[in-house]
Amino acid sequence: MKAADPPVAVARVPERSGSQPPAGGQRKRRKAGALLPYLLIAPAFVAIAAVFVWPLIKTILMSFQDVGRRELWTGEAAPWVGFEQFTNILGDGEFWAVVWRTVIFMVACVVATMGIGLGISMLMQRMDTWVRLLLTAALVAAWSMPLLVATSIFRWFADSDYGVLNMVLTKYLGIDAQGHNWFLDPKQGFLIIGAVVVWGAIPFVAVTLYAALTQVPRELEEAAALDGAGVAGVFRYVTWPVIKPVFQMVATLSVLWDFNIFGQIFLIRGNKPEPEYSVLGIYSFEKAFESNSFSQGAAISLITVLLLSGVAVYYLRQLLKIGEVE
Amino acid sequence: MSASTSQALRPDTERGTGPATPQVLRQDRKKNRLVYNIVGLAVFVLMAFPVYWLIISALRPNHEIRSYDQTLWPSSLTLDNFQRAIDQPNFGTAIQSSLIVCGVAVIGGMLLATIAAFAIGRFRFRGRKFFMIVLLVVQLLPPTAMLIPIYIQLNDLGGLNEYWGVIVIYLVSTLPFATWMIRGFIVNIPPELEESAMVDGCSRMGAFWRVTFPLLAPGLAAAAIFSLITAWNEYLLAYVVLQDNDKYTLNVWLMNFTTSRGIDYGALMAASTLIAIPVVAFFLLVQKYMATGLTSGAVKG
Repeated sequence: MKAADPPVAVARVPERSGSQPPAGGQRKRRKAGALLPYLLIAPAFVAIAAVFVWPLIKTILMSFQDVGRRELWTGEAAPWVGFEQFTNILGDGEFWAVVWRTVIFMVACVVATMGIGLGISMLMQRMDTWVRLLLTAALVAAWSMPLLVATSIFRWFADSDYGVLNMVLTKYLGIDAQGHNWFLDPKQGFLIIGAVVVWGAIPFVAVTLYAALTQVPRELEEAAALDGAGVAGVFRYVTWPVIKPVFQMVATLSVLWDFNIFGQIFLIRGNKPEPEYSVLGIYSFEKAFESNSFSQGAAISLITVLLLSGVAVYYLRQLLKIGEVE
Repeated sequence: MSASTSQALRPDTERGTGPATPQVLRQDRKKNRLVYNIVGLAVFVLMAFPVYWLIISALRPNHEIRSYDQTLWPSSLTLDNFQRAIDQPNFGTAIQSSLIVCGVAVIGGMLLATIAAFAIGRFRFRGRKFFMIVLLVVQLLPPTAMLIPIYIQLNDLGGLNEYWGVIVIYLVSTLPFATWMIRGFIVNIPPELEESAMVDGCSRMGAFWRVTFPLLAPGLAAAAIFSLITAWNEYLLAYVVLQDNDKYTLNVWLMNFTTSRGIDYGALMAASTLIAIPVVAFFLLVQKYMATGLTSGAVKG
């Protein structure tokens, strides 16, 4: 995990074991030594190829076929249809509505998560220790909640009859929300779903950024302030450069996660989200498992992967740049 | 709460260091501290409230849950909700399924991950970097996109509605992260220890198993817990693949809680609490590794 792993002496060792035997044996041993790492990674490599790489290839193949319920049950070979799935999808107005919804929801969630997360992390630097410990405990508790449980809680919050949200609004804020159904209007529904997403994502962001902030030299901030830099100036020229790599990394991960959002929507709508709640993940799932048009679902998945591949490459470049892969 | 709030509050501190007398400065700082503390407590309440509400709803009597006049504090505590949750059909088999699936997947995954991590942590060989990048890339693939081809493939292999199908997928899904994590622990153990064991006559693998492996125990425990949490929290694949009621894992069992006419929120919260408890407990054990997760390198610059 630690990226600052020293570049440890690695492969020199095998030679030593074969220093005594005659030349022939030594060569054999050396050969075995050179093969050893490949033997060691072979099981993991094969497993990953079978469960990640092959499905990816299969997704591509399926998007050019027409796999439906019949092919699934009878094992018949699916007919090849060329780009038909793609032309159908890309020509469908609903698909573009779904893409838009996904992008807007992702941007809103990422901005909220990163903004609040950064705010909390900076706050944590400035508060008393006991408050920080309390807050950390709450963050860890929120962090560890399984997605399924978190979604159940927020669903219960927003229940129209007995939900605590309507109660608080009615009783304490004077808005009559008794019996209000939050999911009739998708805008309000997405507000609740966004709350689950952001609540669940804040701890990781806040804790990671807090760790980054502790690396900012206090003296530098003070010196900058003495030299007349305003708060914004100190943040811009002293704090930000230090935390920037971490911030970018966390933001990129958030983009990937929030774009692929699925569970929160699926579960909060009782495993059957209405069409107004479709984001790309849901859309592809429903095409495949509700309409039994597996090829359509696969093609939508493929489009999703392609849309995200740019972000993924950016993330990997960040990782490579900081020497995480050494 | 947001970045701007906490920044906007800062000038007083900074300005205080200038012309103000020490007396004023101290009061100023104190006032700021107080504001930060109050905001911090407000954030604490917001972050903790869902967890509080989960536990409180699980413990309060049902007539309070089915009440139009919800109170923030329960009048009495009861275990009735837990009783009703446990009495739901298939609770026992769901526990059994979850334990079998997660247990086998984690043990198998750890085995593969350890030897692969040993290879990339101790050897330099052609393709090593490629393998490491593969480990990272596959973690970025959206799981829902993988679901359709995996489902089709399991269907072809007869793995639908079978434990082994889910086990294989869980095992491999946790593999990249576990390998990556264990490698981090391995490179922090001095290779000289292995070398001296080999001078004393151990084989390469013998030295690893006898010397490095025991030192690796805490790291392996952490990686195993991560894998366990990941597998325990997964619901979608199990939902799609496992069709028999008595094969449901706990999460699928919980998902079906909500489909019956009207939701029994008390029992749902009780069941959710039961499922979350082991996760939270394990999470606390490995939380410190979590924080130094994927971004540790960046923190160190």
